[in-house]
Amino acid sequence: MHTNMKNYLFSLALSATSLMCFAQANISPAPKQSKTIAITGATIHVGNGTVIENGTLLFGNGKIISVRADGQVPQDDVVRINATGKHIYPGLIAATTNLGLVEIDAVKATLDFQEIGDFNSHIRSIVAYNTDSKVPATLRSNGVLMAQPTPQGGTVSGSSSVVQLDAWNWEDAALRKDDAMHMTWPVTPRFRGGFGGFGRAQTSPEALAERTQAAIAQLTTFFAEAKAYSEMGKPEVINTRFEAMKRVFSGDEKLFIAAESQKDIVAAVNFGKKFGISPVITGADEAYLIVDFLKENNITLVVKQPHALPNNIDDDVNMPYKNAAVLANAGLNVVLSIDGYWQQRNLPFMAGTVTAWGLDKEKALSTITLNAAKAMGIDKTTGSIETGKDATFFISAGDALDMRTNKVEQAFIQGRDINLDNLHKQLDKKFSDKYSAEKK
Amino acid sequence: MKKILLAIVLVFSTTILFAQQSTFPVNGSYDTRPGMYAFTNATIVVNANQTLSNATLLIKGQTIQAVGAGLTVPKGYVIIDLKGKFVYPSLVDAFTSYGLPETAVAARGFGGGGGGNRQSVFVSTKKGAFGWNEAIRPETQVKTIFSVDSKKADELRKVGFGSVNVVNRDGIARGTSAAVTLNEGSDNNVFLKDQTAANYSFNKGTSSNDYPTSLMGSIALLRQTYYDSQWYGKQKDEYNISLEVFGKQQDLPQIFEVDGWQSVLRADKIGKEFGKKYVIKSSGDEYQRINEVKATGATLIIPLAFPKAYDVEDPAEARNVSLTQMKGWELAPTNASALEKAGIKFALTAFGLENSRDFWANIRTAIENGLTEKQALQSVTEIPASILGISDKVGSIEKGKVANFLISSDNLFKNGNIIFENWVQGKRYVVNKMDVSDVRGTYNLNVDGVGALTLKITGTSGGSTAAIERTGVDSVKTTATFSRNGDWVSINFNLKKNPKGDVRLSGYLTSASPLTFKGESALSDGTFGKFTATYKEAAKEMPKRDEPKPSLAVGPVIFPFTAFGTTELPKQETVLIKNGTVWTNEKEGILQNADILLENGKIKAIGKNLSAGGAKVIDATGKHVTTGIIDEHSHIAANGINEGAQSVSSEVRMGDIINPEDVNIYRQLAGGVTTSQILHGSANPIGGQSQLIKLRWGKSAEELKFAGADNFIKFALGENVKQSNFGTGARFPVTRMGVEQTFVDEFTRAKEYEKAMSVKGNSVRRDLELDAIVEILNNKRFITCHSYVQSEINMLIHVADSLGFKINTFTHILEGYKVADKMKAHNIAASTFSDWWAYKNEVAEAIPYNGKIMHNVGITTAFNSDDAEMARHLNQEAGKSILYGNVPEEEAFKLVTLNPARMLHIDGKVGSLKAGKDADVVIWSANPLSIYAKAEKTFVDGIAYWDIDRDAQIMKAQQVEKARLIQKMLDSKSKGGRTQRPMGDAPRLFNCETLFNYSAELTEKENAH
Repeated sequence: MHTNMKNYLFSLALSATSLMCFAQANISPAPKQSKTIAITGATIHVGNGTVIENGTLLFGNGKIISVRADGQVPQDDVVRINATGKHIYPGLIAATTNLGLVEIDAVKATLDFQEIGDFNSHIRSIVAYNTDSKVPATLRSNGVLMAQPTPQGGTVSGSSSVVQLDAWNWEDAALRKDDAMHMTWPVTPRFRGGFGGFGRAQTSPEALAERTQAAIAQLTTFFAEAKAYSEMGKPEVINTRFEAMKRVFSGDEKLFIAAESQKDIVAAVNFGKKFGISPVITGADEAYLIVDFLKENNITLVVKQPHALPNNIDDDVNMPYKNAAVLANAGLNVVLSIDGYWQQRNLPFMAGTVTAWGLDKEKALSTITLNAAKAMGIDKTTGSIETGKDATFFISAGDALDMRTNKVEQAFIQGRDINLDNLHKQLDKKFSDKYSAEKK
Repeated sequence: MKKILLAIVLVFSTTILFAQQSTFPVNGSYDTRPGMYAFTNATIVVNANQTLSNATLLIKGQTIQAVGAGLTVPKGYVIIDLKGKFVYPSLVDAFTSYGLPETAVAARGFGGGGGGNRQSVFVSTKKGAFGWNEAIRPETQVKTIFSVDSKKADELRKVGFGSVNVVNRDGIARGTSAAVTLNEGSDNNVFLKDQTAANYSFNKGTSSNDYPTSLMGSIALLRQTYYDSQWYGKQKDEYNISLEVFGKQQDLPQIFEVDGWQSVLRADKIGKEFGKKYVIKSSGDEYQRINEVKATGATLIIPLAFPKAYDVEDPAEARNVSLTQMKGWELAPTNASALEKAGIKFALTAFGLENSRDFWANIRTAIENGLTEKQALQSVTEIPASILGISDKVGSIEKGKVANFLISSDNLFKNGNIIFENWVQGKRYVVNKMDVSDVRGTYNLNVDGVGALTLKITGTSGGSTAAIERTGVDSVKTTATFSRNGDWVSINFNLKKNPKGDVRLSGYLTSASPLTFKGESALSDGTFGKFTATYKEAAKEMPKRDEPKPSLAVGPVIFPFTAFGTTELPKQETVLIKNGTVWTNEKEGILQNADILLENGKIKAIGKNLSAGGAKVIDATGKHVTTGIIDEHSHIAANGINEGAQSVSSEVRMGDIINPEDVNIYRQLAGGVTTSQILHGSANPIGGQSQLIKLRWGKSAEELKFAGADNFIKFALGENVKQSNFGTGARFPVTRMGVEQTFVDEFTRAKEYEKAMSVKGNSVRRDLELDAIVEILNNKRFITCHSYVQSEINMLIHVADSLGFKINTFTHILEGYKVADKMKAHNIAASTFSDWWAYKNEVAEAIPYNGKIMHNVGITTAFNSDDAEMARHLNQEAGKSILYGNVPEEEAFKLVTLNPARMLHIDGKVGSLKAGKDADVVIWSANPLSIYAKAEKTFVDGIAYWDIDRDAQIMKAQQVEKARLIQKMLDSKSKGGRTQRPMGDAPRLFNCETLFNYSAELTEKENAH
């Protein structure tokens, strides 16, 4: 208890310098980078699978100028940050999340991620992304600096965008608008019973399968008509749904298809191919069973959190931990994701779990940085710590993929030194102060 | 009962009377007949132990007059020669719903089955002075609602049944059943016994009341009803038909319908509490835990329904079929044999068969799987008769008994046997014509204008299908339609050419040796002629040998009966774990390169260089050794979580519904968990009684229970109990203000109850709900209270102070950091989440520093799961206290071990590594707070229930076993066996907020074929 309190007082002293930010409920976005900065002495985890020991990271005007291993700082007129013994990571990217589209799960008024309708290709998440949400600041302090707010529901759910998590408004936040169209492959329920099962009329497995086939037929029709529409010069009647699909057929927007079982994944990939699209598969629980097929088709997979239960009672109890490693070790482009929004602060630890269960640590890091950037089409500007890319990264005192050592001390988004305070730290301080004051 | 035996037989609308009396008038002249029949030269199976050859059976009216060999038949008897034939007692089914109206609708879902358009129904809507809950309906008497159902009677008689017990399968206390024969005519003359048994189940059926929603609620309601019944006789204030009748039914046999072996044990436990010996109608899965089932001493009624094979041709679909389903398919037919071998008394019922015609095929399958014919016969005659108390009337062929018997071509259990007639109450019912002999065979057929053909008659009942063949010129093979009515036959076929069109034959049997048919022929061109068919030889398809096949090879039963179950459970061993980094959780702290010795399920010693002696040595160099993780808030291993229909449900017990077969037990062992507190959910302010378990994978529910631990109960506050996010909003309370008064009222009443008990003793109505509250007041039961925001936490502390009870633990307690000083002052423990927030309004200010702040203030603090997934890495949740608050590592690990042990009052036994404590030990690959740590071995009581290497072997063996079963299912399909489309059983996951309707699910499951 004694040592505890001492630690505690020590950290109190440290935070006194930044007392200003405690005074306000919201945390202001950081101003533009004004001076070139050189960070020295750190272990730089590039994000592409490599590590630079004792590296020097030089960045100015929001861009990375150089990443060097020789310890030299080429310019004199720079701000120096000594990060000896510390680690630098690219900003982590939260894929397929409803971050900023929901504040409180159980409060309907705060839910903005699921629209009514089956074919909502015209729906766009970016316009609903709430930069004033209290959640993003709680992610940044663990290293998550970018996200892909994604609409859900229906068969075709709409377009996601990629945002950075330190912004005044959604325009400000957008790194890439409408990066991907999202849809869910129609599935036949695999289990009888379960939640919500009661009260529902019993439907035979055959009838359920038929219903699925009908949904797939509708989906195919939608795509076929949308494709034909996209080839029209001037349609007589504007169809906003089909208009939105044009970007998918032209390749400006990727197609993400949620599919979990092996059959559904194969069906979803073949569906995409039929329309000249190589889809990104999300969910992908059973992808490990069809590695060869996925490799032949060079499919990118957005795998859901390893902290999940196996799908079937008989499955390897540790399969969710292993899935990403099996796929990545086979040479597939794998992105790790987590369902939900506030949960995204655990993203680094998902990569840590994957490391424990068979994937090289730096490759595991790629699954939440460069691989994600590739899947979203933003890898030319971000996703790794390489010359010319955005200076979006963070410094951790220890291994950021492990909750035991993750300690994000400073983070930059496009060169801006962002505020790592958040609601939780503020409440911690408020009440910790109360108790220590009462003790005196 | 005499009047029933003396009752008349009224057949159709004509009045044929045996020489007996009746109250019913007759329209027209009386037609009173002697009804005397003699069955001679038969092999008479009197009962399973006695068979008479060349014997005679005499019946008069509906009664057996005599049976024996060498009897002379007096004058006046109609003689039926049964040479070469068999006579058996007609079968008795102890469990049917014969003759009852269809049950209206299944129980409605909780809060309107998700529809939300239904108001809560708190008490009975039934008119009259009945009990408060419609699921308790002992006033239902089958004798008042039964009516003969000719169609169903015919169906059952064709199978061979002569009498049945009729159960009204609706409700928890279902009232009395009645035994009737399957005779037709007036309802008045079929009764064998008007009250055979009082009936029970855990399914509330059509009751419109919300309560109970859960299995544990059903159990509690039934227990309370027993107590109410005891009290009812001693009071004068209330007239209650249900309780009055319930009490009077206690001297009858008691039949309890359940849905499997787990509930066999549950029913038996209730029986033991109230001195009842139930006959239990179960589902046929008892082979899975035969020892436990035997230990109940219960007589069982078991269905002969077996699952169909799964269609596993598509390997991707086959993945959805679980090992449980596959093995269940293979082993279900061995159930009867397993019961027989274990010496369990049981009756077999046709109830639950998709088609009653499957009865004989399935009983033969059971015999092929080891059931003896003798037992089979007993289980469908004498045993059901004795269960129902009608052994003096049916079940064997003896003088004075009711003339219910079968005439068959052969041994009843032999494949190909034909039941000719089923005599019920001395009335003849023809199943298959006896006077026409077996006409199966190959015939030379000659038809005018067509020429010579070959006719082949095959099929059941001595011939039911036919085929025609012509050789030589215009050779052809075709099937023919064949129908037979007594000696008359008609055959219809089409040879396509010579002649074109149909050939129709209509004729009769003219000679029995050789079998010859003669008659008229008609061709499609309008010409008529004659035909003759003369027996040539036996048809090739005819079964050659009917000897019982050798017992079929089947896979072994595994424990538990699911994935990762094994035939042999891991054994307790003496183990020395050497050279590990040992986290003692004691003042010794973390020891480097230390050894720990486990013996007899306890920790024997901890130290350096311990001598192994005879112990098995495990090298833990580079590894970390800790005590097992304790999850203070878990909802695994249970058949339900919430009894949410009432604001207070302290009468329900999680201990009644522990499910030892839940795969999450094994999954959590793989995460180092050894002890879990299984809590009731948070649907109401006062929830149910908790159950502490150890994760002894493979053991029975009772063996999972943590012996000698203090009793706990779940309370809850906030959004869930006021039903903010679900429910109808009609149940009190709907505000935090009302929540306070729920507690005030309940504890006030409990105090008055306790006082009344001490003054008036057992004349006070025993109230299971208040009993639990009194235990709290007396520090014999401890509270774990689900809580979120500071106002409600503060409120309960005040209520507790003012009413004189203690709060042991606040669970969730995500705003505990705001009132940590108050909790500390009251010595209340905290069991929280590491970092959950934002999922509902009351956690808008939940922070991951909560645990740290409470810990630093000096509160005993734990991190729990409330989630089957999170429980798999609670060690890493503890690790988050370093990230969010710099808690020192040793203290951090105690958040999921010693601290929960302390708040559960079990730190004397578990929670740290110390000589004398339970050998609940985990070996980790790395620092257990790290994301990189894997549990390699998890010991509970010195038994390695989880071993990462053994797990790999189990999975491999499981694959082999599934491959074998898949092949067997494919074989079965290719031989024409019926299949069903694969559909897995949904993994059942619960958290605090899970609501489901046990009864509705049961009903749905039953309908899901």
